[in-house]
Amino acid sequence: MNAIAGAPEIEITGVTKRYGNAHAVLESLNLAVAKQEFISIIGPSGCGKSTILKLIAGLTAPTSGTIRVDGMTPLNARETISFVFQDATLLPWRNVKQNVGLGLELERLPNERREKEIAALLDLVGLKNVAKSYPRELSGGMKMRVSIARALATSPRVMLLDEPFAALDEMSRDRLNEEILRLRAEKNWTAVFVTHSVSEAVFLSDRIVVLAPNPGRIYAEFLVELPPPRTSAIRNSLEFDAIVARVSHTLRETIRQ
Amino acid sequence: MKQRAITALNALAVFAALLALWQLILWVFHVPSFMLPSPWAVVRAAGARFPVLLNSLAITAEESAGGLAASIAVGVLVALLFAQSRWVRKMLYPYTLLLQTVPIIAIAPLIIMWVGAGISAVILIAFIISVAPIIANTTQGLISVDENLVHLFLMHNASRRQLLFKLRLPHAVPSLFVGIRIASGIAVIGAIIGELFAGSVRVGEGGLGYSILYASSQLQTDYMFALVVAATVLGFSFLFLVMFLEWYFLHRWHESARAPETESHSHSWLRGFCDL
Repeated sequence: MNAIAGAPEIEITGVTKRYGNAHAVLESLNLAVAKQEFISIIGPSGCGKSTILKLIAGLTAPTSGTIRVDGMTPLNARETISFVFQDATLLPWRNVKQNVGLGLELERLPNERREKEIAALLDLVGLKNVAKSYPRELSGGMKMRVSIARALATSPRVMLLDEPFAALDEMSRDRLNEEILRLRAEKNWTAVFVTHSVSEAVFLSDRIVVLAPNPGRIYAEFLVELPPPRTSAIRNSLEFDAIVARVSHTLRETIRQ
Repeated sequence: MKQRAITALNALAVFAALLALWQLILWVFHVPSFMLPSPWAVVRAAGARFPVLLNSLAITAEESAGGLAASIAVGVLVALLFAQSRWVRKMLYPYTLLLQTVPIIAIAPLIIMWVGAGISAVILIAFIISVAPIIANTTQGLISVDENLVHLFLMHNASRRQLLFKLRLPHAVPSLFVGIRIASGIAVIGAIIGELFAGSVRVGEGGLGYSILYASSQLQTDYMFALVVAATVLGFSFLFLVMFLEWYFLHRWHESARAPETESHSHSWLRGFCDL
């Protein structure tokens, strides 16, 4: 809703992706994401949701078509992108602090600046008192927090989130969703969020893209026009329920096809 | 804690029962002592020649440790090579199996011919038969890294060096320890077997394996038994040491080195024994 004008941050043009000679996972996909826009991608399994994120991150190359992030190829744009995976994918031999600092360490930030950034981040995400804990000592929700803090550490402009809360219980999921909203308001990244949950998508996004499978393609798009500010209370509003109902209905159509 | 004390007492009770059975067999069947000495005779033989026994133990311990250390060093290097590509693995892996299956008895004369009888030959034999599990386990650890973790590193433009030292190697440490645990037992066995063929440069003096052979030629069956007990103690000590190191390095972060949740007392590196 805010700032949808201007050159898009992410631009996917005519992208087809197939693995080997199998049928296409994605077929002639066109998708533009504006600067600071938060979009969710939703669709049945096998419609290529995660593949879109991998393409934007440059972790896999398209069979044909082009992808631009901030006008650059994904490989050149990597410094502006952070990826949050479905599992927390933490390094088990590192404590929380060392995990959060991984990206800064790999990018060879000097020690004292790293310490400062990490301290600020742990504060921001509410992990201060588990800074010395190891991943196996944390709950699933806490691990995900660490994963998000790690992604934020390198001050990304683009956040790619691949079903980050799929494995969590509903309470943790709701709490982290609110956390994502708050962080996003503070940091203003552009975000592409892949999820199976319609209400999660509605709660977080400016726009929802519904994909259909075989081959993966865009089936419908919804602008989520909820009155700001978005707080947890909005989940109980009629407007919220109405949008969830519309998106759910469309999602069911893609499966019935 | 109480449960562990009971477990220990049970084990001791079994030990006492076995000794009693042993003594009973001697009394009932009138077995001559050169065939089967009494437990007490074994203790006496060990006591009478204790310095010599300790010396043999020290020699074998040194050879086993040497063989194991060589296995760890070479095994890790080979695993690093194997982790480079599937192609290299397919080409070279069968040869590590060869190391495991080569009859050491058949090549012992060759080894003696090449490096001469004595400690170096025994170390070489201990190394040859204990290196394969370290190669196999470490390679597995190096290549079984979660794909998303690799992706994460790539997203930060990590170098090959960073991928190796900050991801693959630390990830492989638990597997390396599994390899070392297996190899530690085999290295001791390898050293003793090696001594049977290449154990001594001076008559009557050598490690446990050589001394067993020598005592057998002198019909000192009671001392032979003492040597066998010493060899067992040595193997156990190696295993204990490795398990302790494994616990020490891994218990903070790795599941395998932890006590099960139900046991609320301290993390135990003896867990492997209690679980058997």
